[in-house]
Amino acid sequence: MQRMIYMDNHATTPMDPRVFEAMRPYFMEKFGNAASRNHRFGWEAEEAVEKARQQIADLIGASPKEIIFTSGATESDNLALKGVAEMYAEKGNHIITVVTEHKAVLDTTKKLEKHGCRITYLPVGKDGLIDLDMLRDAITDKTILISVMYANNEIGVIQPIREIGRIARERGVLFHTDAVQALGKVPIDVNADNIDLASLTAHKIYGPKGVGALYVRRKNPRVQLTAQMDGGGHERGMRSGTLNVPGIVGFGEACAIARREMAEESARLARLRDRLMNRLLAELDDVYVNGSLEHRLPNNLNMSFAYVEGESLLMGINDIAVSSGSACTSATLEPSYVLKALGAGADLAHSSIRFGLGRFNTEEEVDYVAGRVIETVKRLRELSPLYELVKEGVDLSKVPWTAR
Amino acid sequence: MAYSDKVLDHYNNPRNVGSLDKNDPRVGTGMVGAPECGDVMKLQILVDEETGVIADAKFKTFGCGSAIASSSLATEWVKGKTLDEALKIKNTEIVNELALPPVKIHCSVLAEDAIKAAIEDYKRKRAAREALAGKAS
Repeated sequence: MQRMIYMDNHATTPMDPRVFEAMRPYFMEKFGNAASRNHRFGWEAEEAVEKARQQIADLIGASPKEIIFTSGATESDNLALKGVAEMYAEKGNHIITVVTEHKAVLDTTKKLEKHGCRITYLPVGKDGLIDLDMLRDAITDKTILISVMYANNEIGVIQPIREIGRIARERGVLFHTDAVQALGKVPIDVNADNIDLASLTAHKIYGPKGVGALYVRRKNPRVQLTAQMDGGGHERGMRSGTLNVPGIVGFGEACAIARREMAEESARLARLRDRLMNRLLAELDDVYVNGSLEHRLPNNLNMSFAYVEGESLLMGINDIAVSSGSACTSATLEPSYVLKALGAGADLAHSSIRFGLGRFNTEEEVDYVAGRVIETVKRLRELSPLYELVKEGVDLSKVPWTAR
Repeated sequence: MAYSDKVLDHYNNPRNVGSLDKNDPRVGTGMVGAPECGDVMKLQILVDEETGVIADAKFKTFGCGSAIASSSLATEWVKGKTLDEALKIKNTEIVNELALPPVKIHCSVLAEDAIKAAIEDYKRKRAAREALAGKAS
């Protein structure tokens, strides 16, 4: 089988071997239940969990007691939103979020709407960023929570988190952020950013799948949540269930590595990303970067290759793992709602590719990917009636298409 | 999603890619789909005026691999057929030939529509020409 290049690190990342080594003893030898209080097996498991809690807290400037372990960021988002909505129901029922949030947030807010919550979905500009004045105007005396993702999973755009946190704090509203894509890429400081709740996951930072965390602020203010999982009262009663000790150990190690290496790694990823982008922009016409380049994760590149459909482009670069906002590649058969929210037009969503660079990508791989994309886009444009029309000087928006 | 070998073959070696002169009276052009929907197919036929047989066909497609394969196959199938025979090509035959999964059936429908649109365009041009010739005589 030919070697595949993995450049889809927003979806998941390969585990770092150092993380795997840290986890290894906790499957067979140190298998204890961290909640077993009366023997060595339990103690060593608990000790490992507490070390990991510290490592995770250190990466975001939190205290370890503020880290609640979950099964992943989807659960963390659910717990944050539903837990706050239920706990603060007497105070209000209004939540503000953004149209480009991950489905773990949007599907949860949709569910909450059915249970009597009122949700405001802030739009984003062409750059993918929210307007802070719109946020201010959306807050009412019934608003209990603002949920805005730190960095977007498709376009990598980083929202003005510190400003949002400041506004939330001034107005006495809790602030939740899905920080999954930002963790380990950009410095997160829950205190400087006034973040009250943050969803985190291990598998996007070279840790294992199936383990995540929710940061829950303990003071100024002390955030309370209604548990969504009932049971043994683990995790300060917020999330019952036996802890996934090896997963948690891996998550901790992944955070410790990220803390040590983030500055250097992010600079390297930004260099690789820019190298890829500059080559594509130089050698192809009618290609566009989706979303702000300035406020963006260092490892993200999302581009639309006009007149070429995304799935057919992926098919042509089948030794490279990337993803597309094309309808044909989504489970719902709809083109990317994130790209549509930028107002770019559905045709550009169909033509989009997301490159997610990661720790193990090399410059050589970037050059290879750039070459393959360029050659495939050129080939598919030879096949594209749209490209032909544009070259003839036809304005595609004026063509009477036979939309089905 | 895994693609059938036939889809891969048409994607990697598309047949009859290109364009015919749409102003040629013997050429019929069908353009179906829309960019916002993610597929646009252009299929053209060149009709032998003597025999009424489709002598040549060309396509260009913006769309997924299955859309490219469906239109490539359509050009192969219409060549050598009379207009009436070509009109009988059904999308289900394309589905079967390419082993398209249910989510890709719309690609075959689009290819069938493209054939029909090209034939219609040719017939319309011919009728207009005949009407003009009738007036002139």
